[in-house]
Amino acid sequence: MQRNDIGLPPKGTTILKLSNVSKNFGAVSALTDIELEVKAGEVVALVGDNGAGKSTLVKVLAGVHQPTAGRIEFCGQEVSLDSPSSALGLGIATVFQDLALCENLDVVANLFLGHELSPWNLDEVAMEVRAWTLLRELAARIPSVREPVASLSGGQRQTVAIARSLLLDPKIIMLDEPTAALGVAQTAEVLNLIERVRERGLGVIIISHNMEDVRAVADRIVVLRLGKNNGVFTPDASNHELVAAITGATENAVSRRIGRNSGEQAATGSPA
Amino acid sequence: MSTQMPNENKPTPLALDRSDERVSHADSIGGMVRAFVSRVRSGDLGMLPVAIGLIVISTVFSILNPIFLAPNNLVNLLFDCATVGIISLGIVCVLILGEIDLSVGSMSGLASAIIGVLWVNSGMSLPLAIGAALVTGAVVGALYAVLYNRLGMPSFVATLAGLLALLGMQLYILGPTGSINLPYASPLVRFGQILVMPGWLSHLLALVPGAVLVIAGLVIRKRRQAVNLSSQPLSSLVVKAVVLTVILEAAVYYLNLGRGVPWMFGLFVALVVILNYALTKTKWGRSMFAVGGNREAARRSGINVRRIYLSAFMLCSTLAALGGTFSAARLASSSQQAGTGDVNLNAIAAAVIGGTSLFGGRGSAYSALLGIIVIQAISNGLTLLNLSSSLRYMITGAVLAIAVIVDSLARRSRVSHGRA
Repeated sequence: MQRNDIGLPPKGTTILKLSNVSKNFGAVSALTDIELEVKAGEVVALVGDNGAGKSTLVKVLAGVHQPTAGRIEFCGQEVSLDSPSSALGLGIATVFQDLALCENLDVVANLFLGHELSPWNLDEVAMEVRAWTLLRELAARIPSVREPVASLSGGQRQTVAIARSLLLDPKIIMLDEPTAALGVAQTAEVLNLIERVRERGLGVIIISHNMEDVRAVADRIVVLRLGKNNGVFTPDASNHELVAAITGATENAVSRRIGRNSGEQAATGSPA
Repeated sequence: MSTQMPNENKPTPLALDRSDERVSHADSIGGMVRAFVSRVRSGDLGMLPVAIGLIVISTVFSILNPIFLAPNNLVNLLFDCATVGIISLGIVCVLILGEIDLSVGSMSGLASAIIGVLWVNSGMSLPLAIGAALVTGAVVGALYAVLYNRLGMPSFVATLAGLLALLGMQLYILGPTGSINLPYASPLVRFGQILVMPGWLSHLLALVPGAVLVIAGLVIRKRRQAVNLSSQPLSSLVVKAVVLTVILEAAVYYLNLGRGVPWMFGLFVALVVILNYALTKTKWGRSMFAVGGNREAARRSGINVRRIYLSAFMLCSTLAALGGTFSAARLASSSQQAGTGDVNLNAIAAAVIGGTSLFGGRGSAYSALLGIIVIQAISNGLTLLNLSSSLRYMITGAVLAIAVIVDSLARRSRVSHGRA
């Protein structure tokens, strides 16, 4: 497959910059004064507890929600992401947590949805070839691209969603919990894939609850807590520091649990 | 993109889409039959309900009254099919989105009233009067779409209100006389009652679908082989084309024993073919199914969902207006009764019987054609038996209920078999 790498900014330049972005749902402030910067060829992990605002932030960047306040710069220019198609048009591709696939359509139709080849006389053959090539590149095990997505397993659907985000040669790709539904081998594939995407000079934003995955691929780890920035870490930050930033306290459920377990072990002697 | 290798000594490589050994493929004719059986068992019924329905209906009615299968009765049947069939074609569009238009009957009645008043009473030229009726339809459809898109009014309620409002408008513009007779010698009424294709032309047209099937099949086959994709075996292509041609030619021959194939039915079939192309081969059609299957996913893929709703509602009401025009031609009158009674339900039932799901995301233009033949065959047969309209309504209602039950059960089965 030919890829159009022209137009990608050189590695290290800032692609996406958010300043003071806020989003309110009625009286609830889901996001407050969020700052975020993503450079070309960089993987930024967004971590945070449930309800920290990670998915809301991704939806703002995907054009699904509009921010209440704040400034979004894309490649140095201020942009307004007022619809999903404007975000896609700029080169911001998203893999949503719920995948957003149409179960009644087959894999090819889902991959090309909204961007079909030759709109007045659909070129099914070219689309099918491109679909197979793309899925091969991702080492995906999809039995048939002509079956409706309803017949695929969770992991296969995840692969289809990731493949779809890469189809339009984006500049930045956002993955919301990409490994949550995957087996061991497929998780490794997705992590490999993220590294390959980074090498091509794209910016990547990944949301995950799995600290192991985050450490494995991220260049920077941005912690959100209750809709606010709560620190930026490097992958070599200790687990303790990360958990403290995520939960907002050094004394938290995780540390108490660890403390209790080690206390029990000390009392009963070393475990078998 | 070509994957052809220069070295020819290795075994023929598997086609690009045949590399997964877990998937079974139906390549032979026996395989086609087996695949069909398993599709039906998993709830993907296709044309099966129509085929069974037609066999049952024609057996029962021809036993009760042999005239039912007489060529001229079938010609009349086709005249009747065209009017409600065109309305049903519009219903298919809104059903694919998972929405409904309950006002198509009133819309068709309003269109016939507009034509009567403008053409006969005011002396406007016929094409202008028909144009005015169609534009009214488009405006009404656009109004429903605005109510749905901007105000979030469910289409069920909006069109239910429209049912009454349009009926009121129909009665208002017809005035106290209530009925306008259209001139019998006019081209519109002749089109709706008399005009049939010449025999040779109908036989020629009956050859077209088979020929198109073979030619399009061969072109696609060649393109798929060029890029190393598996392709449909030649034998199954030929068998399909031959079976189709034989059925069509036999039907045309039989109809030509009577008066022949009505032009009005020909126009209906042409519209079905055009809509089928639009639904299956264009980006618009793909977007329609996507919005019907998962509206939010379609929106996030960059599809303009509101424009899709607008196009579907406008198309539905415009086709309803065209159907109303044809039924005015068929009855040679614009009356207060036009579009009332069972027109609405017949149009919806035809789409559902033909295989378009009430739940959205599934359907085809052909379902309007096949479904309306079933519905009109029942209605025609009951008329031949001189049954009162009370009984006819009850029977038609039962048929609609059965069609929806079959749809619901098939959908449940599809979900459990992973076919959505």
